[in-house]
Amino acid sequence: MRCEDLAEMVSATPEGVVIDDVRGRRHVETCLRCQAELARYRKLVRTLRSLRSEVFDPGPGFVADVLAALDDAGDRHLLRSLLSGHRVAYVGGLAVATAGAAGALVIARSRGRRVALAG
Amino acid sequence: MPAPESNQAMTEILSPLVAAARQGDRRAFEELFRLTSADTYTLAYRLMGNEDDARDVAQEAYLRAYRGIAKFRGDARFTTWMYRITANCAASHLERRRRHRHEELADDAPLPDRCAERDPQARADAGAVRDELTVALAELAPRLRAVIVLRDIYDLPHEAIATELGITETAAKVRLHRARARLRERLYPLPGEEVAAHAV
Repeated sequence: MRCEDLAEMVSATPEGVVIDDVRGRRHVETCLRCQAELARYRKLVRTLRSLRSEVFDPGPGFVADVLAALDDAGDRHLLRSLLSGHRVAYVGGLAVATAGAAGALVIARSRGRRVALAG
Repeated sequence: MPAPESNQAMTEILSPLVAAARQGDRRAFEELFRLTSADTYTLAYRLMGNEDDARDVAQEAYLRAYRGIAKFRGDARFTTWMYRITANCAASHLERRRRHRHEELADDAPLPDRCAERDPQARADAGAVRDELTVALAELAPRLRAVIVLRDIYDLPHEAIATELGITETAAKVRLHRARARLRERLYPLPGEEVAAHAV
């Protein structure tokens, strides 16, 4: 391997920075330059991980802004549910009315037949 | 700045709120937002590099989370789910900005060299190194910055990073190596590199 390829072989695991490739590991064992570079990568990854504990303050107004945006989104969602609820009620009402009319027609016809038979 | 609580403790606090929010409890979602907002904003800031964009991205992330919370299966932690949404929002935001302004730094654009002004005493201080790293991260090309922030700071797997940024896993790995190499050269140069940096 070439010393320039070291960066591509560096992997950061929870246990630390390691070299993935067997040939790479053998090379580093005998190359002082790569050993120095690997040590610097370890420092870099450690420092990057230490940034995880930092939390930035989003500043005044952020919480209120997001809650207002959530309110808007919630209102729109509610409106959509209501509209789709009205649509369901409308279609349901139509279905009930149609079924009722069909039932009434069937009953009327069967009564008509009975009257005709009795006569 | 306060440090985030331990993962386990945070998970125990968030779990019942996530369950309630999934059932449509609006107050529970608001509480989730309050508890995680600074953490999400911090990631957005690291990805975007400035406060205004970070606020926009964090807000968009919570709106998406609010719309999608019912579908959140709970396989991952809520915070990890938020990181993925935030990364996706940041990628969309950067893409829109790139299309409008074409001002994204090239991957190999030189980072400003601050080696000469380094105070060895200050450099020894971990806080100073962290500050320097924060500045160096902000000056990386956004496409490189996103990958190294998500992988080396927030510990997201390559697959998740590739999915949220809309790139292949191989591209994510290549960008990570480039980003690490550039930061390593900037913060921890080898002797020859330091001379070369001054010569540029």
